[in-house]
Parts: sequence; C-alpha cells; structure tokens
Amino acid sequence: MNDAPKTTIGTITVAEPVFSCRNVDVYYGDKHAIKNVNIDIGRKQVLAMIGPSGCGKSTFLRCLNRMNDTIVGARVEGNITLDGQDIHDKQQDVVQLRARVGMVFQKPNPFPKSIYENVAYGPRIHGLAANRGELDEIVNQSLRRAGLWEEVKDRLNQPGTSLSGGQQQRLCIARTIAVNPEVILMDEPCSALDPIATARIEDLIDELRESYAICIVTHSMQQAARVSQRTAYFHLGDLVEVGDTNLIFTNPQAKLTEDYITGRFG
Amino acid sequence: MSSTNRTAAETQALVTRSLARRYRAERRFRFYGLTAVLAGLVFVVFLFGTIFAQGLSVFQQSYVKIEVFYDPEIIDPAGTRNPDDLVTADYQALVRASLKARFPEIEGRRDLRELYGLVSSAASIELQQRITSDPSAIGTRETRWVLADDTVDMLIKGRVARNAPEDERRLSDQQVNWIAALERDGALALRFNRAFFSNGDSRDPEQAGVRGALIGSLLTLFITLVLSFPIGVGAAVYLEEFAPRNRLTDIIEVNINNLAAVPSIVFGLLGLAMFIGFFGLPRSAPLVGGFVLTLLTLPTIIIASRAALKAVPPSIREAALGMGASRLQMVAHHVLPLAVPGMLTGAIIGMARALGESAPLLMIGMVAFIVEVPQGVFDPATALPVQVFLWSDLPERGFIERTSGAIIVLLLFLLVMNATAVLLRNKFEKRW
Repeated sequence: MNDAPKTTIGTITVAEPVFSCRNVDVYYGDKHAIKNVNIDIGRKQVLAMIGPSGCGKSTFLRCLNRMNDTIVGARVEGNITLDGQDIHDKQQDVVQLRARVGMVFQKPNPFPKSIYENVAYGPRIHGLAANRGELDEIVNQSLRRAGLWEEVKDRLNQPGTSLSGGQQQRLCIARTIAVNPEVILMDEPCSALDPIATARIEDLIDELRESYAICIVTHSMQQAARVSQRTAYFHLGDLVEVGDTNLIFTNPQAKLTEDYITGRFG
Repeated sequence: MSSTNRTAAETQALVTRSLARRYRAERRFRFYGLTAVLAGLVFVVFLFGTIFAQGLSVFQQSYVKIEVFYDPEIIDPAGTRNPDDLVTADYQALVRASLKARFPEIEGRRDLRELYGLVSSAASIELQQRITSDPSAIGTRETRWVLADDTVDMLIKGRVARNAPEDERRLSDQQVNWIAALERDGALALRFNRAFFSNGDSRDPEQAGVRGALIGSLLTLFITLVLSFPIGVGAAVYLEEFAPRNRLTDIIEVNINNLAAVPSIVFGLLGLAMFIGFFGLPRSAPLVGGFVLTLLTLPTIIIASRAALKAVPPSIREAALGMGASRLQMVAHHVLPLAVPGMLTGAIIGMARALGESAPLLMIGMVAFIVEVPQGVFDPATALPVQVFLWSDLPERGFIERTSGAIIVLLLFLLVMNATAVLLRNKFEKRW
C-alpha cells in the first residue's frame, strides 16, 4: 500500500543529539503531511533537508519550534525532544522554546523598524540586556557574526526593509542569533536571493556551524552538498533516506533518492 | 479552411480585425465611465450650489444702529439699583424711545407698532444684559447695533422684492420706506452674524443660532469616539487574533456584519428602551446620543479594523513568533502598528456616519426645542442634523436660509473632522 509509512534508510541517530524525533506524524485536517519520521539532529553540524515540493520538509522543520501550532487544523503527533525534554510537554513554554530554536524564513522578513530595532527586538522581549550598553553590544556582536556590520554600521537607524534582499536575510539571521539560540532552523533561506548573496549566506552558515546546530531546508542540491554534514531526503511525507552528505550524494541507497539527486524527477 | 493550418499572414489579418473590435469596446467603456463621473459631478455641483446659494447669506445679518439713552426713569425709577428690579425693567421702552426719536414724525398706535416691528425683540434682551452686567451705564447715551427683525433682513438680502404688491409681503409700504431711510443714513446694514454662532435655537429666525446644535453634536461625537474606537478595536483584535475559530465566533461574526446593515432608527428605539427606559438616563442628553451612536458605529469600526488586521502580512507575524514573541507581543509590537491606519479609516467612516445621523437621535428626544446651549453631556441638546430637520419644517423665510446655513456648518464640521483623521492616518501610515 502506498500510504503506509516507509522505513527510513540510513543512519537516523547521532551521538549526543540536540533534537531527537521519534514517530512524528503531522496532519493538516485530513491530509497526512508527515508520516512516521524518525531522525536525530546533531550539535554543531548542518542537517540539510531536500526533496521535491510538497514533500513535507518545511512542515517537519516547523515542528521543531512548534510553528505549526499557529496553523489552524494542524496536528502534530509523536515525540520530539530537545536536549532530552519533550517540546510538546505541558511544562514546555512555547515562547521559551522559540527563544532556544531560532528560525530564518524563506522570504526575508525584517520588521518594519530600524536595523538596530530589528536585532534588538529579541534580546529586549526576552530581557537579555540589563542596560542600553549591553543591548548595543549584543546588536553589534550579532551584526558582526552575520557579516553585516561593515555594511550597516553607519545606518543602524535606517529601516531594515531598505536593505537589499541578501542583506535583509543576513539581518534576519543576525536577529535570530541575537537571542543566542541552540538551534537555527532555515527554511529555504536563499531561494529569493541571487548567487552572490547566496554564497555569502552559505559562508555564514559554515561559520555559524561552529556554535549552533543548523537545520536547513533547500531546493538546491548543490547548496545541500556545500553546506551540510548530514542530508535527509523527504518524499511525499516520508523520510526516505538520511545519512552523511557525502554518502547521500555519492552513493544513495534508496532508489527514490538516487532518482532525485540525479535529476530524474523533482 | 480549418483553423489549424492558416498562414502567418492570415492569422495576422484575423488579429488585426479583432484588435479594432477590442479598441472599440475599450472606447465605449471609457465613455460610459466618463459619463458616470460627469453625472456624479453635476449632481454634486447642483447640491452644493443650492446649499451655498441658499445658505451663505446666513453669515451676514441686518443690524439697526440705534441711539439708546439708558433712562433712569424707565430702568430704575426708585433709584435703588436693586438687581432684581434691573432685570425686570422695561427695556423695550428704551428701544422704542430711540426709534421714536429717529422718526419723530410718526404718530398713531398702528404706525408706531409697525415702526417698532422693524427691530428684533432680541434688542431689549441685549440692553438688559448690558445694564445688569454694568449698572453704571444708567443715565448715559450709547450707539448700538441691534438685530433687525427677520422680515427686514429678508428684504435687505433681496429674498423679498421691495416692489412686490403690499399684500404679498409681510412689510407694509411705509415700513419699506422707513427701511430705505435708515439705509440712506447708514443706520441699517448687513454685518457679520454673531447671533448665528452664539445663540441656541429660537422661534425668531434672526435670533436662532447653531451653537446649541454644534455643541450638542460635539459632545455626542466625543462620547461616541471615546466609546466606539477602543471597544471596536478591542473586539476586532480579540476576534481576529485571539478568539478560537468555532461555531460561536462564526455566529458572532455573522451578527456583527448584520448589525452594520440595521436601519439606524432601530438603534434609536433600542437606546430609548435600554438607556432611557431601563437605566433611567435623561432624555435629550448627548450622553445617551453618544451611546446610541456608539452602537451604530461599532460594527463599522469592528469590520474595518478586522480587515486592517487581516491585511498585515503573515510574514511579519511569523517573524515575531519565530523570535519567541508571545501572541500579545506579536499583536502589540508588530501587527497593531501596521493596522492602525486601516482602523482609523474605519473610525472616519463610522464617525462621519454618526455625525450625519438624525433618526436615532429623534427617538431619544434630541429633537426637542432647546434654547439653552448645553454645558455638559447630561444637559438637553440637539445635534446639527436634527437642527437642520427642525428648521426645514418652519414656515418663516429666515429659517430657509438658516436650514442651509446649518447644513454648511455641518459640512464644515465633517470636513474638519475627516481632515484631522486623514492627517492622523498619514502620520501612522509612514511605511518603512
């Protein structure tokens, strides 16, 4: 039967995972969007999620910081733990979860406020800075780590939306790392950017990997190969194959994975 | 010939032919649109033309210059300067005396009565106020401009023809002659109409003013704005951002949309039954008027505010939630600032409608004849549209002018209110 969950090929576990997902199912109303996904996400490494459109990779990503809660009719089942703690637990506050698991979206979405305010927003609502000096320092550090400081240091009071698309996306990354999360989720962060801006974001992801676990959804297999250490291939809600990026791209075990990465469909 | 194997030239010929048809259709459509716009303009010009032609003259009024002698014999024969005696003194006699002094040749009761009829009864009230506020003026002489009677005013303004047959006007031939004599002296002239802006309603057209109705409208709208904007925005924010989507909220939504279409007089009846009948609030009070108009404007504001909230891009919400903002923080920090201009638009529409409403105010008694200018929200008052309605019903020519004059004041009020709201909206609309 087609609808039955398929068993994932490859290594789903890692040593000392930050996220550990077991038997995760997602339903949008009657639609079974994610079927029995099991996967670990490791520290200080990049996990790339690839697959054809509508395969559920973004849906799965949004489970990790419970953004699916905001969608009417969405239902998440199964067990997702962050540092061993169930994120759906009643004890787990969703606001706190999202402070620990930052997210960068497909389309750059800076707030319609100044560059400074964009980065300062997270620290401010979470009370991370005791005074203005500390806040300035956090903004400065975050913009530097996002590689944006040199370009915007003279115009921090200008609107974030006045920046170019690539700069806006780096501003969104700076905004995310300003609250010092453990994991950063990226939902096709480069799909609206030109190749030069994309290259800068990819370099940035490489640097951020030193400190954070990163999950990135991408449509570009080259990007997945360039930035990630592990790759997961989704197909119609199934996690078909997961493993070291090198292995997936050189020696895929599943037929579906092979067809996709060799460009036979998708 | 089948349509699949035409040559390029044949296809082009067909396209050219269809092009001409398309352009014709476009020209026709533009013509219809232009005609509609022109028709609209004609009606607007006609409307404003008649209102201003009828009503602009209300800003000037005929005044008579009289030499008045504050005769101690008449005002205070006892010489005690008792305030009660000063109030009840016969000030009309002073006015009459000065008129008689101007026309010493007129004798006989009938003629004298006609002469005295040229000056409004407001003149003696004015003199009374002058003396009661400053009794030291007794015994002095003074030149004053006092209101002329409305029949004189209509003649001066040319609303009544001077050469019309005597039985077709309310002034006699000799009155017209006296008026001409006064004009020649410069003792009868059109001056700025203070009375129209400082008086409440009156049975005499020359004394009737819009101040009472204007203040009544201001107080009523103040109550309406203070209640309906916060309640409307609060309801919209809750329904749009916090309420669960279920049967109950669906029913609430449908009902709010229906309320926006309920005839306004029904709200008036509701106000009468609830605020006056049940809660025992005073009749004719701007407070109750404000409550009733709040009921009327709430649906408009809620619907517009919800539309404004819906129009905020979801990416901003996701960004805020993704940063770990709580729902309230997301709404307060990001969604509301972007939605405020749209909400203000809703408020403008709602308040403009509230300003123009008369039917619900009739129901709660704001249609009474009220001379006093209201001092607070509990005082009896009328509103501008109701005043227009009241005056339009009266037979005197002077009230025709005043009806249009009140409409002009109402339109100016509307203009000022909307301009303020538009300025506010533009200030908030500063998009990044």
